[in-house]
Amino acid sequence: MKILVCISKTPDTTAKIAFTDNNTKFDANGVQWIINPYDEWYSLVRAIELKEADPSTVIHLVTVAAADADPIIRKALALGGDEAIRVNADSHDSFYIASQIAEVAKHGGYDLVFTGKETIDYNGSSIGGMVAELLDLPYISLATKFEISGNKATVTREIEGGEEVAEADLPLVVSCQKGMAEQRIPNMKGIMGARTKPLKVLEPVAVDTLTAVAGFELPPAKAGVKLVDPENVEELVRLLHEEAKAI
Amino acid sequence: MSVLIFIDTTDGHVKKATLEALSYGSKIAEQLGTTAEGVVLGTVKDDLAALGQYGVKTIHQVAAEALSQPDAQVYSKVLAEVATATGATVIVFSNNLNGKAIAPRLSARLKAGLVSGAVALPDTSNGFVVKKNVFSGKAFANISVTTAVKIIALNPNAYQVVAGEGTATVASFASNVTAGKIKVTSSTKASGEVPLTEAEVVVSAGRGMKGPENWGMVEDLAKVLHAATACSRPVADAHWRPHHEHVGQTGIAIAPNLYIAIGISGAIQHLAGVNRSKVIVVINKDAEAPFFKAADYGIVGDAFEVLPKFTAAVKKLKGIA
Repeated sequence: MKILVCISKTPDTTAKIAFTDNNTKFDANGVQWIINPYDEWYSLVRAIELKEADPSTVIHLVTVAAADADPIIRKALALGGDEAIRVNADSHDSFYIASQIAEVAKHGGYDLVFTGKETIDYNGSSIGGMVAELLDLPYISLATKFEISGNKATVTREIEGGEEVAEADLPLVVSCQKGMAEQRIPNMKGIMGARTKPLKVLEPVAVDTLTAVAGFELPPAKAGVKLVDPENVEELVRLLHEEAKAI
Repeated sequence: MSVLIFIDTTDGHVKKATLEALSYGSKIAEQLGTTAEGVVLGTVKDDLAALGQYGVKTIHQVAAEALSQPDAQVYSKVLAEVATATGATVIVFSNNLNGKAIAPRLSARLKAGLVSGAVALPDTSNGFVVKKNVFSGKAFANISVTTAVKIIALNPNAYQVVAGEGTATVASFASNVTAGKIKVTSSTKASGEVPLTEAEVVVSAGRGMKGPENWGMVEDLAKVLHAATACSRPVADAHWRPHHEHVGQTGIAIAPNLYIAIGISGAIQHLAGVNRSKVIVVINKDAEAPFFKAADYGIVGDAFEVLPKFTAAVKKLKGIA
């Protein structure tokens, strides 16, 4: 089995969010970059587990990013994966990114494409579905469990207020979320090995973008907490009813 | 030219998130001087014509056998057929689970720019710009859609349902779409509970509750408020509560009208999942808990003493004995 795992570089979950250039660019000053947690903890680690169960499995990583993503890719390779492909482009348009990934997937003959359920920066939840459409493959989104038997995948996915189990034959595109696997930390052997694993750089194919970021805004600051005496909980309920109109 | 709104159903009933999408899409139609239409896939138990009160004039219903399985590949094919046949220029989804599965596929299929997680009406004064949540609720981005057909996936609870007068005409739409490759073999739903992502009020508790045996008082409060229950990551990881209740950066992101956090310190990862809530109440015995900085109302006190009083006070307000 050959798996393509899509990786994205995102600011650390605790990063301060600010903008520059008249609120049109994310202020990367002092920001620590990480592998998007959904890509790392769930889709990459699940792919590694599948390889551990079946050592003939091949895992390729793909990212669409400029060269500053290389440390993130090396970290992903340190966790596992056989080689990485970086499409040398910097874009925030989901369709553009998905088209680059689909192009890589078309030439790689993958049985399975994993994405995280969303990135924690642009929160689009779009790449998996778009890649699946561009490849004309079935897509199972928001998967919490993934099992494979021969050519048949059994996938548990979230539905409103519960979950459902779906089956599909490979090839397949799956977006992964909590439940798929547990977070891992790369060990020294992995870190050393990652240095010599292939990292191929491809130039992007020409694709139109469908959207553009016109600007960013920060939410208005909270007015500050209104504290209520623990002996007077009725006052809290009164405030929620009359002032906040929330109950 | 029209605005086409996807009517999402569960067990034959129209979801609340759809009513928001219908109200939102109808307002866009008014803004653009065109009509709002709905599209529903499969058979529905609810009275579709009554959805006219949310502003849609026509509802296209596609009843093909192939639609019995919830397969985004099949759904997006049919929706593309309907959108093309009706000349839709704006297509609206709720950014709920089905929206997240289908809208991106449709976007790629139609080469129509998608804004997922929209929180406001588009600004059509100069182009077509939609405000959406980014950085897990810590900022907004204004996204300019540059294609002729635009797709918007509206965040649940971001737009108020507007009900007026009106009846929609239900028209059947013929499609010869064939069955997809995904087969659902089982599904489980917690019955009788309010789904977390659709709840207007959420009562959430963390490690401060000390153990799963103490959740009765959390559930009591949730019950009188018709709220869904949720929990923090450590609670789900310790198996005190099921994983589908975990809200936060790596769990479910929610945006209810009211979020009540009990015994949760408010780590930045937790806040990322709940910071879009309209009103936040924090109950914590530690006055230094970071959550108070993100709260609108707070009580510094022991949850075990505050919760029963809270429930009693809500009962009194609502006249429940």
